[in-house]
Amino acid sequence: MTRARILQWAIVLGAFGLLEALCRFRIITPFTMIPPSEMVVSLIRIARTQSWFAEDTLYSLRNLMVAVVIAVFGGYLAGLVVHALPRLRACLDPLFSSYYSVPTFILYPLFIVLFGIGPMSLIVMGSVFGVVAMISATLTALDRIPRVLVKVARIEKLGPLRTIALIKLPAAAPHLFTGLKLAVAYCIIGVIAGEFILATAGIGRRLSLSYNNFDNATMYGVLLLILAFAASVNGALNVWERRIHRRWFR
Amino acid sequence: MSSSAIAPARADASASERDIHVQFRDVNHVYPARAGHEAVHALGPIDLALQRGEFLSIIGPSGCGKTTLLEVLAGLVTPTSGAVEIDGRAVQGAVPDGVGVVFQEDASFPWLTVADNIAFSLKRAGMEKAEIATRVDYAIGLMGLTRFRKAYPSQLSGGMRQRVCIARTLVTRPKLILLDEPFGALDQQTRLIMGEELLKLWRETGATVMLITHSLDEAALLADHVAVMSARPGHFIEVIATGWPRDRDSRLASTPEFGALTSRLWALLRDESIKAMGPT
Repeated sequence: MTRARILQWAIVLGAFGLLEALCRFRIITPFTMIPPSEMVVSLIRIARTQSWFAEDTLYSLRNLMVAVVIAVFGGYLAGLVVHALPRLRACLDPLFSSYYSVPTFILYPLFIVLFGIGPMSLIVMGSVFGVVAMISATLTALDRIPRVLVKVARIEKLGPLRTIALIKLPAAAPHLFTGLKLAVAYCIIGVIAGEFILATAGIGRRLSLSYNNFDNATMYGVLLLILAFAASVNGALNVWERRIHRRWFR
Repeated sequence: MSSSAIAPARADASASERDIHVQFRDVNHVYPARAGHEAVHALGPIDLALQRGEFLSIIGPSGCGKTTLLEVLAGLVTPTSGAVEIDGRAVQGAVPDGVGVVFQEDASFPWLTVADNIAFSLKRAGMEKAEIATRVDYAIGLMGLTRFRKAYPSQLSGGMRQRVCIARTLVTRPKLILLDEPFGALDQQTRLIMGEELLKLWRETGATVMLITHSLDEAALLADHVAVMSARPGHFIEVIATGWPRDRDSRLASTPEFGALTSRLWALLRDESIKAMGPT
């Protein structure tokens, strides 16, 4: 383990230890936050005893997976099209660069009107939130592909689809990770927050219910689950990204 | 050594009687004006008849359109005017069959191993696995990459990566090999060895070779003919037949004839190079 990694762990464990102490000594009251160790116990308890846990978790996971697939693949394909059409790109660039300054959640009521209170609204919310990060990353990644590789594709007489599959996608892969990580993070935010605001099921809705009922143990247990899930996905993508970078740019 | 023959379609009558593989007829290329930049007449007029199995080197000052010339022949660039033919068929902005190109830049695929890089074209062509393995093994041995067949390009030096690209082109056994400064990233001794290997391959396959290089020695040593280009817009100011035997190697470099040839090439190129550098 490197010194940097030891330091990282020390900071994380130190923060947890400090939070635990602040909660245990009632400097932070139980009405505000329960100690991290109790969050873990609560999460284990609700996972074992509550029938809604598996249903809501699977509901959110399913919606999230569909939203991620739409955002990532849709964003990549849209990026390819926009990259191939410089005039369209010139028109859309200001939209892409200002997209995240607009509170996309104001569209959620519209999605509910259009798609109803159910999975479709949540999937659309998640993917709309994540797709532009992927489009922007795809455009940057395609800009960074060495032109000589595209010439090789022409020499090899690869058609447009095979050029994308065999040259452009692998050549752009290391630079697509930024977009992939952001798109996944935005999709998690979109789906969970959508469930929190208005939904019939899902882990975000459970978070909202426990918040409204002052059920701090359940709320922090669910919160811990969401945090652990988001951190694990991001960590896995980081490991994958580092592996590719090590192979390509040693 | 004599002024050539291959060249220009000023072409003597005998040109039509020979087995012409590549023909340029009054080819010009102008890069159109872009915001803040004027149009650039990069190339032309170019007239050239290249015989099948010929080895032609092209030298010229920086920016004289050598790479454009090669890309026009490869079908990567459509010339503004004039006609280019390979085997009598027009090259119209599409890559013709049987053409292999080695670029100046590193064109290896960083996501594939050395062996997979070299096999790339063969797999695309749907060749049988056994034949692919045979060709790849041969190319890897030829390029001195045996110990690195499972390595990724990032684990290789710039010169080794360029050898991977050369191997990837040569395994397809193209009838026309276009080389744009392929040895630029290699050290001097490796350049000489690679040059000899290229000559060996050229003799074995009978391919027509067009080599673009900045090295006068390399141009003079490897080619049957050396074409000297002018400053932009690049056109041939002279095409010189080297007169070397087909079975030649780098030992030629120590002969008085070689010295005389390179001196002549430099005499032709010096003024053009000064012109290309602009007013001093």
